[in-house]
Amino acid sequence: MLEWLRRIGARALLFFERLGRALLFLLRVVAVLPQLVGEFRLCITQIYSVGVLSMQLIAISGLTVGMVLGLQGYNTLVDFGAEQSLGQAVALSLVRELGPVLTALLFAGRAGSALTAEIGLMRVTEQLPAMEMMAVDPFRRVFAPRFLAGVVSMPLLAAMFSALGIIGGSMIGVGLLGIDSGAFWSQMQAKVDIYDDILNGVIKSVVFGVVATWIAVFEGFDASPTTEGVSRATTRTVVHTAFAVLGLDFVLTALMFGGL
Amino acid sequence: MSEEILETPDVLVRLRGVTFKRGDRMILDGMDIDIVRGKITTIMGPSGTGKTTVLRLIGGQLNPDAGLVEVDGQNVPKLDRRGLFALRKRMGMMFQSGALFSDLSVFENVAFPLREHTKLPENMIRDLVLMKLEAVGLRGARALMPSELSGGMARRVAMARAIALDPMMIMYDEPFTGQDPITVGVIMKLIRMLNDNLGLTSVIVSHDVQEVAAISDYMYLISDGKVVDHGDPDVLGRSASPWVQQFLSGLADGPAGFHFPAPDYAEDLLAGTAN
Repeated sequence: MLEWLRRIGARALLFFERLGRALLFLLRVVAVLPQLVGEFRLCITQIYSVGVLSMQLIAISGLTVGMVLGLQGYNTLVDFGAEQSLGQAVALSLVRELGPVLTALLFAGRAGSALTAEIGLMRVTEQLPAMEMMAVDPFRRVFAPRFLAGVVSMPLLAAMFSALGIIGGSMIGVGLLGIDSGAFWSQMQAKVDIYDDILNGVIKSVVFGVVATWIAVFEGFDASPTTEGVSRATTRTVVHTAFAVLGLDFVLTALMFGGL
Repeated sequence: MSEEILETPDVLVRLRGVTFKRGDRMILDGMDIDIVRGKITTIMGPSGTGKTTVLRLIGGQLNPDAGLVEVDGQNVPKLDRRGLFALRKRMGMMFQSGALFSDLSVFENVAFPLREHTKLPENMIRDLVLMKLEAVGLRGARALMPSELSGGMARRVAMARAIALDPMMIMYDEPFTGQDPITVGVIMKLIRMLNDNLGLTSVIVSHDVQEVAAISDYMYLISDGKVVDHGDPDVLGRSASPWVQQFLSGLADGPAGFHFPAPDYAEDLLAGTAN
């Protein structure tokens, strides 16, 4: 029993120690962000590899999720004769929840894991120590541009996810199931609020962008410099991001949309 | 002997009583090393004796638990980040793997320190990079990516990158490990040539006895975190220490035992359990 308690204590200590290190890491990254002003090219390159290259996955996922929402929503709403509200239902669920959350989860799998593996391998191949020895700060040259790229890309990707989801929903609802196009779009326009719904969704995706990229970059930085270490770190990135995003989503939803 | 060295005015790197621990494990235990300006000094010893740690201490990537690490009169562990970076601009280091940036071409790898630390116009950077690459014989390979280079070529590019800012000293971490004889010959020639032509000070960490004995001006032999012996290669070759002789001649058994400490062999076999 005592041994068991001791083990829990030790794990908790390890967890908080790591959290502390991650926080210090984040502070250092944020502290060098102003130095990126002159590093336009560096940031654009990272936004391309983190954001632009994720667009295909996000676009296809958004479209199919919207189509499924259209189909499932219609089947439920039609029982109550409320199928005209499909536009509203699809838009609200995407803009408030599915857009930011699914984008963050997909982002962790597509871009987050790549960031961790890249930075981890830079450690394995001594590229980071080499940079340090050349008197170049890896925080400015490597970590901060990647962090910035993730934070900038996430809300844009989430917006794209939601927009394509809504188009997918209308393709099914209006195109296939015959809901009146005017009703579909005007219901959506009337019931989706720019502040309560869209802005809150954007805030969520910004928060997820910070957290997902923070985890990805830190895990790469903190990976033990071996093949196994990098593989574990990559897995941790995806798992931890999923937990963090889902947990934060609940908290943010409770704060934004009330009910608690 | 160490008193004598203390008086030498031309010491660029001075380690005095340096102790370094990793957890409970003692890596360096009161180490004294002097690196003389303009010479090639080699630190030799078996794997895992803290040779690379010495380089990392000199470069300020690690801080000693006790003792003095002084480079060009500056106390390295006491430097702030700005001071350390200013010092590092005057040091080059070649890592064991070459540590080239895998997303940059050979040209861009060599140009990297110039772009980061100077505001030179593009055509001047081009000239400088081509000069450095010419020095290591790889001007023709400038467009290649690191993944297209052999191990030896990658190290030569790393050498060109290490001398890009015309440093006062250059450190080599195991420059010969895993290379074919021709590449070893090329790297040996380059180390000597760069040292003499550019007026550098070179520090080599290695366990390739024959190679380093041929190019070193001075050698330190370390084991278990201590300096076992030092001197120029000829003096060291005549050392009376059986350990030094074992290391230099590469004998399997001697003062450094072949067997990891274990209980009696016969008893162990008869004990019958897994442990």
